[in-house]
Amino acid sequence: MSATETWGIGAPLKRKEDGPLLRGRGTYVDNLDLPGTVVMIIVRSPYAHARIASIDTAAAKAAEGVVAVFTGADLRDDWKAAMPCAWPVTEDMKNPEHFPLAVSQVNYQGDGVAVVIADTRAHAVDAAELVDAEYDVLEAVVDVAAAARDGGTLVHEELGTNVSYVWPLESGTFDEDADVIVKHTYVQPPLIPNAIEPRGVVARPEPGGDVTLWSATQVPHILRVLTAATLGMSETKLRVIAPDVGGGFGSKCDVYAEELLAGAIARRLGTPVKWIEERSENALATIHGRDFVTTLELAATADGKITSLRANVIASMGAYLQLVTPGIPLLGAWIYAGPYAIPNYSVTFTGVFTNTTPTDAYRGAGRPEATYVLERTMDLLAKELGMDRLELRRRNFITEFPATIASGLTIDSGDYHASLDRLLEHLGLEELEAEQQARRDRDDVKQIGVGFSTYNEMCGLAPSRILGAIRYAAGGWETATIRCLPTGTFQVVTGTSPHGQGHETAWSQIVADQLGCDPSEVEVLHGDTSISPYGLDTYGSRSLPVGGAALWSAGEKIIEKAREIVAHQLEVSADDLEYEAGTFTVKGSPDKEMTVKGAAWAAFTAHNLPDGMEPNLEATATYDPPNFSWPGGAHAAVVEVDTGTGDARLIRYVAIDDVGTVVNPLIVDGQVHGGITQGIATALYEEAIYDEDGNLANGTMAMYLVPSAAELPSYELDRTESKATDHPFGAKGVGETGTIAAAPAVINAVIDALSHLGVTDIQMPATPERVWRAIEEAKQ
Amino acid sequence: MIPAAFDYEVAESVEHALGLLAADPDAKVLAGGHSLVPALKLRIARPSKLVDIGRLSDLAYVRDAGSQVAIGALTRHVDVQGDPLLQEHCPIVSMTAGKVGDPQVRHRGTIGGSVAHGDPASDLPSVMRALDAEFVIVGAGGERTVGAGDFFTGVFQTAVGHGELLTEIRVPKLGDTTGWSYLKYHRRAQDWATVGVAAIVHRDNGTATSASVSLTNMGGTPLRASAVEAAIAAGSSPAEAAVHAADDTEPSTDTAASAEFRRHLARVLTERALTQARA
Ligand SMILES: Cc1cc2nc3c(=O)[nH]c(=O)nc-3n(C[C@H](O)[C@H](O)[C@H](O)COP(=O)(O)OP(=O)(O)OC[C@H]3O[C@@H](n4cnc5c(N)ncnc54)[C@H](O)[C@@H]3O)c2cc1C
Repeated sequence: MSATETWGIGAPLKRKEDGPLLRGRGTYVDNLDLPGTVVMIIVRSPYAHARIASIDTAAAKAAEGVVAVFTGADLRDDWKAAMPCAWPVTEDMKNPEHFPLAVSQVNYQGDGVAVVIADTRAHAVDAAELVDAEYDVLEAVVDVAAAARDGGTLVHEELGTNVSYVWPLESGTFDEDADVIVKHTYVQPPLIPNAIEPRGVVARPEPGGDVTLWSATQVPHILRVLTAATLGMSETKLRVIAPDVGGGFGSKCDVYAEELLAGAIARRLGTPVKWIEERSENALATIHGRDFVTTLELAATADGKITSLRANVIASMGAYLQLVTPGIPLLGAWIYAGPYAIPNYSVTFTGVFTNTTPTDAYRGAGRPEATYVLERTMDLLAKELGMDRLELRRRNFITEFPATIASGLTIDSGDYHASLDRLLEHLGLEELEAEQQARRDRDDVKQIGVGFSTYNEMCGLAPSRILGAIRYAAGGWETATIRCLPTGTFQVVTGTSPHGQGHETAWSQIVADQLGCDPSEVEVLHGDTSISPYGLDTYGSRSLPVGGAALWSAGEKIIEKAREIVAHQLEVSADDLEYEAGTFTVKGSPDKEMTVKGAAWAAFTAHNLPDGMEPNLEATATYDPPNFSWPGGAHAAVVEVDTGTGDARLIRYVAIDDVGTVVNPLIVDGQVHGGITQGIATALYEEAIYDEDGNLANGTMAMYLVPSAAELPSYELDRTESKATDHPFGAKGVGETGTIAAAPAVINAVIDALSHLGVTDIQMPATPERVWRAIEEAKQ
Repeated sequence: MIPAAFDYEVAESVEHALGLLAADPDAKVLAGGHSLVPALKLRIARPSKLVDIGRLSDLAYVRDAGSQVAIGALTRHVDVQGDPLLQEHCPIVSMTAGKVGDPQVRHRGTIGGSVAHGDPASDLPSVMRALDAEFVIVGAGGERTVGAGDFFTGVFQTAVGHGELLTEIRVPKLGDTTGWSYLKYHRRAQDWATVGVAAIVHRDNGTATSASVSLTNMGGTPLRASAVEAAIAAGSSPAEAAVHAADDTEPSTDTAASAEFRRHLARVLTERALTQARA
């Protein structure tokens, strides 16, 4: 095995990050203990929709240890701008005014109305109970589809409608006269992201009016610019640090009220302010995902060629527009046809307000919602056509790349047949079908079913020009710096902001592979706006496709400069040098060689550099991706359903993913595992349940059913590989693939298990009660 | 998740605990803390004082008591689960203790706390009700013994009055002709029962002659399914008898299940439990 196989691109290197994290040696926001810190507790509305009649803070102010109490009205003038939404998807999008604390009206259960600042957390919690807020309760709007209809209760009276925007994408005309048309409506309920570390923030005022903000965030750079704008301070005066961050799944890709409150109050009080979210507070106050109602129609010829697709999506924004709330549906807009060539294409999104926690990015963000309705409808269409469900998929797969799809984008590469072929090699479908038949024949109380999902997705956010065309307020590029240190080690500074993904390891492997060193000789710095180059952070499976490409480009620049130095030192022409894995050799005289490390030393001493060359070997590169990243694959779920209790359990899960070049298979498998688990959770377990008054009915870990390892089988994973053609080493994104692919495979499996009983539809999550009701209804 | 302020005292003996409780009408007993501490953190419970009985090691035991097995109130779930005497004579108790929560809960939670808490979703109370267990309660007025039928009085309410301690639970030894089953229906390994069914069946050559059946989470207390028991006594099959499992029950509706689905589960699980216990 060559050195690169053990530590370069493709090597299964154990993560550098894990030792300290697993031993409790990480530094999360709550581990910061700055002298003089006061603690902030938010007083939240118990009602989903109400006018604030009065807030009496006198008793709280008088309580032991209390430093200050502020209401929304008290702080109104601290905000030089409203809470930011960076994605006005249409020119006339309606965006209600939104401040870190509600001033006159609350619009979801958990909307903040006051803050209590005290010397200790216990004192702050005690005093928060004494804040006496009176409300005039209004009727709540909870149901997404109902919110979209005219004439009902309005979340924001002043907007005159619950509809924030309507965004269409159309190409071609739907074939209304097709041989077969199937149409179905799907509900995808709101989900609570549940990062293992809840949010937290510490704001420290610095001399001269500066502020340092530590936050459990995915987006320190974005947070910095928007916090500065909201607080009316110069961006230069704000430093944002994302220390160790315990997961996010998109929920920490935002600018939150508490970050702004901590910053504002630290400035007012002149002392560090700390806020740490509680777990059940997280269920209410951190964004939710999904909450879509989608009607999908597919038209096809009798021999199974799909000619048209039409999707009508009603997407809940929740109570307010957070950072990219309105854009989330759009992230799926181009892939409602998935890996299939469908010439006529139409997707319409209606974004509506409801009195629920604001929605925003949750793992997959817009793409799981698209894949779910497509893959469910593919099964319906196969049934309608009397065709095998995999044959239908195969007949419609895109096979030639690059492929410009009806939605307008170009898929650079993929091989959907190869993934499906590989899946079937692993699955043993015939035996499963025989087993299914045997159980049906003996009327077994436990039935099994097999479900498929063949998918693709677009990630690697994002080509800046495309973002501009869809009205996103920033670019999608990324930056990296490589600094070759005199001791033969390398310092990498990246603009991405890992929060569990393992960038320190993967980035080290890339540098090790490209510049010829051991990964342990690479230090990776990130998550601090005062040390990193300007960056655009981590979300949308972008870090490797975009940030990894920037890193590679920086490495190319290093090699270029090193080549000049080496040529000078070895007294040969640069053209006569060959480069491989960190070492330059002279063509024809293999004994003459010099490494990048050697060039770094020469550049550091600068005793003997070519005339006019700047000393120091360091390079920064910024990469704007020419295209999105297009992973794909084929997944299969095997479930066992207890027809007595309605309990559906996974017994096998087989996933074949094509994510292009793999930098570290352990990390990729980890991403796929977690993603699949969240997809299965969506299909069978998780749902934020609101009652009709807008109360979150299951906002605790006892009632919101995040599944554990005990409920799940070991997954069977494999990969096919079609390299990304635009990426310097062919990598595609992998952070969201599992979540995007898994849910429809599982629901299709549950329906397959019960199809002989006449069951054709089950809403997610397929709880035992829903399964039981579906069986009962089929009997009628 | 910070409890309201409270005082704390460690009891050194049962008498000391009783004295501390008598001195403060708002004091509460702390055993394993796995029901009480969450309630404190949510500020649902706001006692003035906690009397910690966790160090009364002479209340942690499992003993042979003739036709019964006596279990000290402070015996942890994990010790009940692994106890050889219970495994031999009343395995439904040890097996059920192994189904409570997760390993952490089972290492801290006690059998006394589990029954004294009076949570209708808890497993051991239901099993005790099916077994007609007896509960030894001590207070200022001395010691008394209460049967399971009188012990569970309401949601989070039991016969243990203020100023009293539950010290022991006695369960019958089940002979060779007695079968048993406890079926707990829950979605995740660490969850409480959506519905549970405990069945004790006296059998004669593979047929059930009588049964006691208790339902978990089908009302405010563990409930005996008397219509099922009557049907079994009258010679019905498990399937026939189980039809009556939800008769006269008023289960609640929550995010885990509707009342209607709980009734359905009670019937399905009762049939399965009776079948298992008869085998
Ligand atoms: C995550 C989790 C999961 C759980 N899952 C389950 C489950 O699946 N099934 C289940 O049945 N239970 C479950 N439990 C509850 C668990 O069994 C508790 O341990 C038990 O209910 C209480 O026992 P304890 O010793 O912890 O009591 P504590 O919490 O200390 O006390 C509970 C109550 O009983 C009173 N009390 C305790 N001991 C005595 C005594 N000797 N005399 C008088 N009063 C007393 C206390 O004052 C208090 O009111 C779970 C708990 C947790 C935290």
